[in-house]
Amino acid sequence: MSTLTTATPVAMSRPLWGWTIHDGLVVARRNLIQTVRVPELLFFSIVQPVIFVLLFAYVFGGAIPIPGDTASDAYRQYLMPGIFGQTVAFAAASSTVGLAEDMHKGLIDRFRSLPMAPPAVLIGRTLADAARQVLVLFVLTLTGFLVGWRINNGLLDAIYAYALLLLFAYTVAWIGAWIGLYMPNPETANTAGLVWLFPMTFLSNAFVPLASLPTWLQYIAAWNPISALVLATRELFGNPTGMGGDDFWPLQHPQFYTVASCVVLIAIFSTLSVRRYRRTTSR
Amino acid sequence: MTYDIAVQAEGLVKDFGEVKALDGIDLTVPRGQVVGLLGPNGAGKTTTVRILSTLLKPTAGRATVAGFDVVRQPDEVRRAIGLTGQYAAIDEYLTGRENLRMFGDLYHLAPKYVKERSAELLEWFDLTEAADRPARTYSGGMRRRLDLAASLIAQPSILFLDEPTTGLDPRSRLGLWGVIENLVKAGTTVLLTTQYLEEADQLAQDIVVIDHGRVIAQGSAEQLKDQIGGDRVEVTVADPQAIPRAVEALAAVSGSEAKVDDLRVSAPVSGGSTVLVEAIRALDARDVVVTDLQLRRPTLDDVFLTLTGHTAEDEAPPPATQGRRGRRRGGKDA
Repeated sequence: MSTLTTATPVAMSRPLWGWTIHDGLVVARRNLIQTVRVPELLFFSIVQPVIFVLLFAYVFGGAIPIPGDTASDAYRQYLMPGIFGQTVAFAAASSTVGLAEDMHKGLIDRFRSLPMAPPAVLIGRTLADAARQVLVLFVLTLTGFLVGWRINNGLLDAIYAYALLLLFAYTVAWIGAWIGLYMPNPETANTAGLVWLFPMTFLSNAFVPLASLPTWLQYIAAWNPISALVLATRELFGNPTGMGGDDFWPLQHPQFYTVASCVVLIAIFSTLSVRRYRRTTSR
Repeated sequence: MTYDIAVQAEGLVKDFGEVKALDGIDLTVPRGQVVGLLGPNGAGKTTTVRILSTLLKPTAGRATVAGFDVVRQPDEVRRAIGLTGQYAAIDEYLTGRENLRMFGDLYHLAPKYVKERSAELLEWFDLTEAADRPARTYSGGMRRRLDLAASLIAQPSILFLDEPTTGLDPRSRLGLWGVIENLVKAGTTVLLTTQYLEEADQLAQDIVVIDHGRVIAQGSAEQLKDQIGGDRVEVTVADPQAIPRAVEALAAVSGSEAKVDDLRVSAPVSGGSTVLVEAIRALDARDVVVTDLQLRRPTLDDVFLTLTGHTAEDEAPPPATQGRRGRRRGGKDA
């Protein structure tokens, strides 16, 4: 030990909750470094939505008419915000799998034996998963341009649209994190992390106009926050909305409903997750 | 931080449902000492360490670490301790240096300190060359060293080492022992769990033997060896027919009864190596041809066998009492 010459460390004293953001960012940095070290994972998480764009644009595109827009490429204009919404929703799956993996590693014991803010592991995970969507959205945007999609409104509106998408990504990441804490192993997390995402993204206006659904489904789809998100981004990008006249309340106020449901969902699922994390970790 | 007793546990009980992992553990580790927690798999070693390092809450009993209550003041305890578990608790995608930086940041240490301390630890643990490679490329021994380095980033005054050398090759094990000895010289208090008697003997001043969640013996290695009687003279005869004569000879030398095990005959003695000469004379006088003759000091293995009825490396035998089914479920909680 005599070779160690460093002065005694000065731990900056402050109540631990005061470190929540700091510790969350430290863990987020760790998760993002992992992303860089396993580029294959990032690659495939980008390839998947790109394939969706191509499939929907060229396979389904001709078969789905968009109310109020008869242009030949109307469906592609309509589709892209839907793909954006679906893609950011799938950020939840990586939170589920990532946390399930973390919780079964020796590393979690070290985290728990450190004087760090308890929610930091969860905040770091959700932040990193949402941050990764920045790159995914960038690549998707380029793909959209290639298939003829256009941003028709101003830059500010576009930035606002992307901000809503990232807020939504962060929201579903918390739902995914909460599910991840209940997973007995990472393999189960792989499946469970995805199952709920398919109905959630398809029972919406992401790929088809609401009017084409049976009436009872229209109610579900209208109140599905992803519909409001997708509608809000369509409006902000200046793309066809596919809306008829008989609108539902959430779809009359898509921006407000998106932000409000994100705030409520984050509040609910972060509380549930932190509680669950503490319970699992201190039996 | 002023305390003389680094770790104190009183009547620690831990139930996992029906399973009683700890059944009233008392433990005292004086400041600056190394105490070895010795026991077979499933004895409750890891559970004890997990409670003391705030990872688990005890069902009953209380414990203080560095003067702080592990249940009521976990944050204070966490600032004082370092923990190295059975499984390397490092991020394998991060490099060695990034790992140390992350843990230093999470201890809320000044960034400049973390940088210098990391470099120092990497050097000290012979990881400088590998410092900027992801930890998943490390060998088992390197991971363990990085793990230990991580638990030392904040210079903890109390270190918990849970089976630190399990799974290491003999050379790495010796290296780690050297590291631990150096830490202790510098004043660190260490609570070490192990199932290797040799390791407890080598490192710990005080050994606490636990089995089935209870302390069954405590003392220095020497004291524990004395508990089962001192030295024995042991002779191996060439011809089974000579056994009765060998028994007679050894009984004459030792003054108490000799024990027979196959071709080996042994008896407790005192008086050090001069008894060997007496034994040779007594055997020779009875025409016993011996193939081996030795004075055997009891090992901790003998101690363990005497205390528990099984050796340390064995799995604990199935508990006799009802309601303890599956107590070894999940080796991690053992």
